[in-house]
Amino acid sequence: MTIRQLIAAMTAAFCLHAQARSVPAPSAASAWPVAPAPGLYQAFGERAGLRTLMDDFVVRLKADPRIGDKFRGTNLENLAKSLTEQLCQLSGGPCTYNGPDMKTAHASLGITRADFNALVEVFQQSMDAKGIPFARQNQMLALLAPMYRDIVTVR
Amino acid sequence: MPMPTRRPLHTTLLLCMTAAVFGLGSARADTGKLVLTGGVSSIEGASGGGISPWAVIGTQATEGETGVAAYVSRATTDDYRLNAAGVAVGFNDRLELSLGHQDFDTGITGTLLGLPGLHLRQDIAGVKLRVAGDAILDSDTLMPQIAVGLQYKRLHRSGLDGTLDALGARRHGLDAYVSATKLFLAQGILVNGTLRATRANQNGLLGHGAQLGGADNGYELQPELSVAWLLQRNLAIGFEYRGMPNKLQRAGAAAGLGDGLRADDWKDIFVAWSPSRNVSITAAYVGLGRVVPATTGNRKQSGAYVSAQIAF
Repeated sequence: MTIRQLIAAMTAAFCLHAQARSVPAPSAASAWPVAPAPGLYQAFGERAGLRTLMDDFVVRLKADPRIGDKFRGTNLENLAKSLTEQLCQLSGGPCTYNGPDMKTAHASLGITRADFNALVEVFQQSMDAKGIPFARQNQMLALLAPMYRDIVTVR
Repeated sequence: MPMPTRRPLHTTLLLCMTAAVFGLGSARADTGKLVLTGGVSSIEGASGGGISPWAVIGTQATEGETGVAAYVSRATTDDYRLNAAGVAVGFNDRLELSLGHQDFDTGITGTLLGLPGLHLRQDIAGVKLRVAGDAILDSDTLMPQIAVGLQYKRLHRSGLDGTLDALGARRHGLDAYVSATKLFLAQGILVNGTLRATRANQNGLLGHGAQLGGADNGYELQPELSVAWLLQRNLAIGFEYRGMPNKLQRAGAAAGLGDGLRADDWKDIFVAWSPSRNVSITAAYVGLGRVVPATTGNRKQSGAYVSAQIAF
């Protein structure tokens, strides 16, 4: 089998496989099929590190010219606390997130895909500011990214 | 009374779309794709890698937005030079329209054909539709982003027309492709596979198909593969492979040229850098294999490729 036949076969198989499951399963914030990368929780400085990161993040969110308005009436303290629990649990830490599921939490906020991407960028800025390595940032983002299905309500 | 000068269609379209780039760009500076997730401009104008279209919709526009991108590219190999430029418009992260122009300096080959200074020019109109998936955010499944596309290519008239006619190659043709793009986000690796139905010779610069000597004139499926590693948010390196039809070899043999018109697959290794959210610069080392080896000492053509894109 030549390299081109191999690539053709792989591409065809990939597309067929993808087509077969082209209807994404309904997501639930409590049932992520992706396990956190080993050591991710520690790489973010555990609960204390996550809290420092989230304290920085929520301030940046509110100050962002694109999406700051969405957080006008938000209690930043509570948001940082809630996000810390959520990221702690997602990244493999000994926490239990008790806040609302993502769909309920964002149902009335009119979040667009551009809003979601802006939030990702602000999160990246916060992680940069805390010196989180790029590879670790992506491991955390991989756990958060699929939430766009529940958070983005304006399609 | 002198005839009014007729501006070629592609020039008019390019001017219009370039005006749109700057018009839309200033009006919609806040389009919201993540950096580099729209790919860069391929040499045919579609967004993707350098030599292969990806399933991503180009420009900075995400859902609910319209964006535009423009690029200039240049490749220099042992015996040839290719300049390319074009524009693309992205709608709603769903539909991409692109227009590319290529100018191929045939160098020594033109001279040996008795056509010194021969340039082959072609226009490429592309349309791409995202049909499923999200390449970036669906990081909890293997589901890639999938798009289908068409590229209509048309060669300008040139001194080579008689030769192409003799070989039975048409001066225009249509490529159809399906692409699947997946960012493995936790690993920082992007993979794209494209299957292209084509009968283009050297990307259409030497026409489409061939009939002389009973050459295979039909469509064939060619695979293309791109792999990119994200080193930083705005910096990626990778490689690409693009299978190419080889329809002129047999026609060339029938014309007494032996293997003189043989074509090989294309490959490159690249680095893409986005110094700001609206600008990306790509540099690559390309290997295009043999391109009319009859006149180039059977050399494989390799060399440098650079491309700059602005996108809003």
